[in-house]
Amino acid sequence: MTETPTRSADPVVDMRGITVEFPGVLALAGVDLRLYPGQVHALMGENGAGKSTLIKALTGVHPPTSGSIHLNGGPVEFTAPAQAQAAGISTVYQEVNLCPNLSVAENILLGREPRRLGAIDPRAMRVRSAQLLERIGLSVDPGSVLGSHPIAVQQLVAIARALAVDARVLVLDEPTSSLDTDEVGELFRIVRVLRDEGVAILFVSHFLDQVYEIADRMTVLRNGALVGEYLPQETERLELVSAMLGRELGTLEEVERRAEERTPGTAPLLTAEGLGRTGAIAPFDLEIRASEVVGLAGLLGSGRTETARLLFGADRADSGTISVDGRQVRPRGPRSMIAHGVALCSEDRKAEGVVADLSVRDNLVLALQAARGWMRPVPRRTADALVEEYIERLDIRPADPGAIMGHLSGGNQQKVLLARWLITRPRLLILDEPTRGIDVGAKAQIQKVVTELAADGMAVLFISAELEEVVRVCDRVVVLRDRRKVTELDGDTVTVDEVMAAIAEHEPEAVAP
Amino acid sequence: MNVLDVTRARERIERLPQRFLPVIATFVVFVLTFGTGSVLYDGFASPQILTNLFVDNAFLIVLAVGMTFVILTGGIDLSVGAVAALSTMIAAATLQAGWPPLLSVLAVLVAGTALGLLMGLVIHFFDVQPFIVTLAGMFLARGLCLLISVESISITDPAFRTVATGTITLAEGVTLTYSVLIALAVVLAAVYVLHLTRFGRTVYAVGGSATSARLMGLPTGRVRVGVYAVSGFCSALGGLLFSLYMLSGYGLHGVGMELDVIAAVVIGGTLLTGGVGYVAGSVLGVLVLGTVQTLISFEGSLSSWWTRIVIGVLLLAFIMFQRLIVRRTE
Repeated sequence: MTETPTRSADPVVDMRGITVEFPGVLALAGVDLRLYPGQVHALMGENGAGKSTLIKALTGVHPPTSGSIHLNGGPVEFTAPAQAQAAGISTVYQEVNLCPNLSVAENILLGREPRRLGAIDPRAMRVRSAQLLERIGLSVDPGSVLGSHPIAVQQLVAIARALAVDARVLVLDEPTSSLDTDEVGELFRIVRVLRDEGVAILFVSHFLDQVYEIADRMTVLRNGALVGEYLPQETERLELVSAMLGRELGTLEEVERRAEERTPGTAPLLTAEGLGRTGAIAPFDLEIRASEVVGLAGLLGSGRTETARLLFGADRADSGTISVDGRQVRPRGPRSMIAHGVALCSEDRKAEGVVADLSVRDNLVLALQAARGWMRPVPRRTADALVEEYIERLDIRPADPGAIMGHLSGGNQQKVLLARWLITRPRLLILDEPTRGIDVGAKAQIQKVVTELAADGMAVLFISAELEEVVRVCDRVVVLRDRRKVTELDGDTVTVDEVMAAIAEHEPEAVAP
Repeated sequence: MNVLDVTRARERIERLPQRFLPVIATFVVFVLTFGTGSVLYDGFASPQILTNLFVDNAFLIVLAVGMTFVILTGGIDLSVGAVAALSTMIAAATLQAGWPPLLSVLAVLVAGTALGLLMGLVIHFFDVQPFIVTLAGMFLARGLCLLISVESISITDPAFRTVATGTITLAEGVTLTYSVLIALAVVLAAVYVLHLTRFGRTVYAVGGSATSARLMGLPTGRVRVGVYAVSGFCSALGGLLFSLYMLSGYGLHGVGMELDVIAAVVIGGTLLTGGVGYVAGSVLGVLVLGTVQTLISFEGSLSSWWTRIVIGVLLLAFIMFQRLIVRRTE
């Protein structure tokens, strides 16, 4: 399956053995990629697989440490985005990289404005940009301010900009992640037009349905290495998913489930009905009972974190209701959900959790103090006792309450964050990727604590990209795909194979033609 | 105004192009303050009072133009007052030493531009906050002033005095100085550069989103350095106009002037975060400040510190106004 499919034309872009090293990190190791004119090539992989790094190597943002790039047969070396653009490689980034304060016409032509006698010719600019907008069939006023248009239109304007250079290679870095179905259809229509004009297109996406709809070939990366190149018509979805996640089907050994030492309560602790938010997650139902660990599984971008944020009140829902203990609540931000006993341990511990300059002790007591209010300081003795208890229970190392948080390893920081929420004795604990980027020992420790907590009566919503972990820890697993809840598995169906099959399952109506 | 009037006014405002709103608001404030003066005091609504606004604030207009470039990229330049003072000092000292006036003017402009360029290079290549770098530039320029002389040096050069006192008669009893012409020329040049050259459009792009501008392949580094050089040049030129106005060089000229300039630019509708604003707005901002000052001198019994209080209130009002617009468009 890794042999190059036969092709009539020579590749426009031929990247060989691309290696990118950042201080202390090997981001890409010897990856090959070939792009052919008139073809859409999908680049796939999970978080940290190296997709963005590969694109940045191609577009001159981060020049490769070693390896070669050939453009139309000739070797090239780009050290700045401007050089790659001049050579005909245009990129549309995931978060629209245009200037919202300028007009549509300016954003399309910025840096190559038509000039007359050394001055920019506004008339020619309007005409030229209108032509480019017409080519992609987008009817917006070139003179309007870019920021006044929705993201989807901005994304299409970015494509118009890419065309202004007569791009022979167009890189689309997750262009669909913030678009709705109709907008994706519009984007694909334009992509097909460009493909038929002979442009080579590199399409990065997490959405399997979209990739199968538009791609002629697919390259899968995992952990900075090339897994292989696949043809969509010859590749089963399941095969592709297992390539992305790095699991061979069939050889997966049934992971030993922990003994069922807990009996979930009968009445649901938290119920979500038709809860949803446009662009984040389609309306879904969810019930979580006391003493139950519910998993959220799905590929990156499938809406896992968004679901957690909705339940925690960090984002406002467009539709649906949340009830706690059968009574409907109206979340007005995290504080109101915290008051109902819900806690969220976020996936981005650097930005949202750790106070690196404070001691472990201070970090641990933060949330408890916040819950009590500043009028009632936590007594020193209570704090010391709690800190000691949780350092021991979670095996935080060094076991020194005075250690500076920033000096701890990632795994131990994560344990401190977990302990911080546990001290407040939440009734429902939402853990978003609690074990990402930490070592095996710390991982096992956290998994053990989660199951113990559930046995003590706490409800846990467990989010993880690692299927084995989800399967091992959870009683029930909710599977998300393309920002929708697709199924819920429980009992004997909670196996890695079942979850993977649910993630890969094909539903033709998911993307409009 | 009752609620209905407010809604109606808002509807009317919404029909205007959103991006000109702040400038239009500044214009309205200018008309209102000037109108207040005309109603309250005899002789306020005369053409000469209007032209005097330009005569008395020509240097401030030039400084505000340079500051507009910097703030449009999202930066700030605290050194402009001190560089202007240094310019008066260099001009006065070199003229006293017997330099030909043209050479002395050239020396001032080169020194100011070089200082601005230097600050821009430090800001860009060492990635230091503009606030700190230009604060250092401010101290440096003030120090250099006092190094030249701690005393005020008066300018006696005949050519300089001719330009300073020369007037152009627009109509019966309405006169302008050459400084005003220079200031207006600078304004026109700035409008041309900002709106009709790639450098100018990149200034807006950098202020709108520096990362985007870089990924679009625009020469962001050149622009970030360039705006400080422009501001340095404008500070030097503004200083020259100030020395024409005062006919002296003094190390303590224009203390706190940088803050007046920033206030004028902000009142003129330029966002401190960059990317949004017009030179015309900054000019209007200067005129508003000038009108407030004239009003208070007409009143006579009020201390000149009232100018500061009014400017403070206006500044606050405008920043809140801008926040409202930004929040609405979000």
